[in-house]
Amino acid sequence: MPDVKVRKFLVSVEDIFHEGGPVATTPYRRGAVLAVIENPFAGSYHDNIQPFMDDLKPLGLAMAQKLLAALGCEPKSIEGYGKGAIVGEAGEVEHAALWHAPGGYAMRDVLGGAKAIVPSTKKVGGPGTRLDVPVTHVNASYVRSHFDAIEVGVTDAPRAGEMVVVLVMTTGPRVHARVGGLEASDIKAGDGLR
Amino acid sequence: MKAQIRKLLTVVDETLSEQGQEVSPPVRRAAAVAVIANPFAGTYQEDLSALIDIGEELGGLLAARAVAALGILGGDVQSYGKAAAVGENGELEHAAAILHPKLGAPFRKVLGKGAALIPSSKKRGGMGVVLDIPLGHKDAAFVRSHFDGMEVRVSDAPRANEIVVAVAVTTGGRPLPRVGGLKVSEIKGEDGLR
Repeated sequence: MPDVKVRKFLVSVEDIFHEGGPVATTPYRRGAVLAVIENPFAGSYHDNIQPFMDDLKPLGLAMAQKLLAALGCEPKSIEGYGKGAIVGEAGEVEHAALWHAPGGYAMRDVLGGAKAIVPSTKKVGGPGTRLDVPVTHVNASYVRSHFDAIEVGVTDAPRAGEMVVVLVMTTGPRVHARVGGLEASDIKAGDGLR
Repeated sequence: MKAQIRKLLTVVDETLSEQGQEVSPPVRRAAAVAVIANPFAGTYQEDLSALIDIGEELGGLLAARAVAALGILGGDVQSYGKAAAVGENGELEHAAAILHPKLGAPFRKVLGKGAALIPSSKKRGGMGVVLDIPLGHKDAAFVRSHFDGMEVRVSDAPRANEIVVAVAVTTGGRPLPRVGGLKVSEIKGEDGLR
């Protein structure tokens, strides 16, 4: 299968101190890592695309490590995560689905056994397309305080023959979380949900 | 702290290839962005010295964060730029007060030098407005390979009563410069121009 060809990486880290309410003593930190890669299937229909998932594994791991380094914290401090992909116009949304296994398992590896499914989204779009990457708690999908989304994009990507793959991580609940539901301190089941 | 900061954002992009050509070493660019309250939103204020002082404070803070995000010494920065976007209840002059009188000195202190004018742009806009930060070589404004721009945006800022302030620093010029002009190897770096 083809090598993964990276044109560009983009890493962003956001420190949120408040949103009109009390100023957080420790700011809520959210980060995203994006890689702009060549889409080896662009331009024509390929039936057998699944082996590319394995090719993407080293990239996923490198991206997860890059993001953790940018966030400057220990794996245990990561409380939320998500992933996504944007496919350029010569590709199809099914190509974005190739990111599911390598993206998700890379973050679980780096975080040391997160239990919850990694929420995701995907689309086909042109350069500068924005993607709202969903975020949920790493160990229990129903933790309401950690539902969030991080908007990402790359000005000049994806070009037609490219795709943008994305991983995101957060360090806690929304800065003024106060709508109840399952609390992170009440996670019990170990099933990744509650 | 004079500025009331709601949020800080750091973005790093890294270009490894362009048009199929390897970029070696990869060019890395970082922008550090602050979302602050505009103390003069909704009013006409003749004396803008409070914003001028905020500019001084943010010049040092944002430059240090941007350089740290690149993981290099301040002296190794090659080009720089700055920009601001004022929310709808503010005035373009508010951006000018932050950017022009006092932001540069602490920015240059982080870099150790910076003989050239810091290129800048400003605008008024709504949340998610795009800032194109102009970039130029920090010691010689005529270095043609380093004329560039870096796009940044914050999806939820500026709110009507806020200002987005950004600085950008790089490890190099455009990925594949080949339009001639003054080269880095030829600069004297004394007058800020050549």
